[in-house]
Amino acid sequence: MIEIRGLCKYYGSVKAIDGLDLTVKSGEIFGLLGPNGAGKTTTVRILTTLSRPTAGKVFINGFEVTRQAMQVKKEIGVVPQHFNLDLELSAWENLELHGRLHKIPSKVRSKRIEELLDFVELGDRAHSPVEHFSGGMKRRLMIARALMHNPKILFLDEPTVGLDPQVRRRLWDLIRNLNRRGITILLTTHYIEEAEILCHRVGILDRGRLIALGTPEELKAKVGRFVVEVRDGDETKYRVFGDRDQALRFAATLADDVVIRESNLEDVFIELTGHRVGGSDA
Amino acid sequence: MRDTYTIIWRELLLLRKKLLRFFASSLVSPLLFLTAFGWGLGRSIQFGGTSYLEFVVPGILAMSAMNSSYNATGMSLNISRLYFKTLEEFLVAPISTWSLTLGNVLGGCLRGLLSSVVILVLAHLYGACLHCDLWFFVALFLTCFLFSALGLVAAMVINSHEDMARFSTFVILPMSFLCGTFFQVDRFPPVVAKIVQVLPLTHSAISLRMIALEAGFPLVSLLVLAAYAVFFFWLGYWVTLRVE
Repeated sequence: MIEIRGLCKYYGSVKAIDGLDLTVKSGEIFGLLGPNGAGKTTTVRILTTLSRPTAGKVFINGFEVTRQAMQVKKEIGVVPQHFNLDLELSAWENLELHGRLHKIPSKVRSKRIEELLDFVELGDRAHSPVEHFSGGMKRRLMIARALMHNPKILFLDEPTVGLDPQVRRRLWDLIRNLNRRGITILLTTHYIEEAEILCHRVGILDRGRLIALGTPEELKAKVGRFVVEVRDGDETKYRVFGDRDQALRFAATLADDVVIRESNLEDVFIELTGHRVGGSDA
Repeated sequence: MRDTYTIIWRELLLLRKKLLRFFASSLVSPLLFLTAFGWGLGRSIQFGGTSYLEFVVPGILAMSAMNSSYNATGMSLNISRLYFKTLEEFLVAPISTWSLTLGNVLGGCLRGLLSSVVILVLAHLYGACLHCDLWFFVALFLTCFLFSALGLVAAMVINSHEDMARFSTFVILPMSFLCGTFFQVDRFPPVVAKIVQVLPLTHSAISLRMIALEAGFPLVSLLVLAAYAVFFFWLGYWVTLRVE
């Protein structure tokens, strides 16, 4: 379980995280959704001991991240946004290095490397240098590396950024598969679809503050289930309605072409903040 | 110690993969210096009763030990921290900061020692007869250790590759030429000589030269090197503890 209480992180006068309170339950896939600069990566860096909070407390399975960092590091696996593999080493050597850092005995280590490379479908590339791997292969290897020491909680920072749609869906299957094995997953994303499809619960961050929390269904129900999109010159305007009939009645009053669709988490974000997850104003 | 060994294990693995590249790049400048100052100029000059070649080899050795160790730790760690971000893999692992610092410093030190040994062999082929006992290698180890630790401090504190290059230009390069590598420090005006005598490479050159030419035991210089090694290691630990 992850427990965050009053977390703040300031860089000079810039508030990257501003009083974050959040609990992630054991066994869930939790998504932190928000635009670039919302504070998602900073939050993950603090939760994974890579950065120190300015104020507030964070507990990972009962261990406090600043004072009990060593215990926290044994509980977690981390897959950062950037590809931080040793490019000159092979896939096997990257996993072996991780295993040695976590003091996994030699015999167990070799078996585990074999299992994990098969699990992420890289068994046939075990001894190839990582520098020749594609983005999707590197990401899968990073996931395998993070799982080497059997962590209870896995942090995935923007796991599918920069990957093509087919590879992205393959990674989603992998993440669900890990969760079924009992691993709690906290992922950050700015892809609406990713948060909706994968996450049991979602927290929406904007400018370092948590502005909404719940299941994707709950969040969408809060702002309205249906959206009417109206083209107005170069601009598209949105109106959210509680049910389909209300949306249809509103659409009938308009002379222009309209689109009626079910709401998504982006609509939730626009309703709450007045701007898109991508950053531009609605 | 197990964690320290893991970091050195990675260093050895990388070294094995690019052994030729490593030796080629770390030997170019000492080879040029040996050829120009030692062979070309040195064969015709006598210096304090010994050939200039034998005088200059310990200086070149001190200089290249400094450069190899500093660059091995400083440049690679700075790139690893800022560009490839592979340092994070070590920061999220359950290893102590002491182990991480010691592993990185010893990794750079190892590269410095390896290139120094090759230069010694080359110097011998050039005709330099040097006395290399245990204390010679102690001085060499301390030189490599302290400059590797300095490289670690720079890598952890400096936030761009350009500034790393600038630090090298303002700190490492002047030491290469001023610290008694190619001539004795007492040739400088007294004020400059006093400043130069504070710098660690001066004591590396003095130690290696005194032992190699059997001109006495450089106790003070060895103690100064040891003090610098402890200080830079402690500073390296302190900055690693605070790196984000």
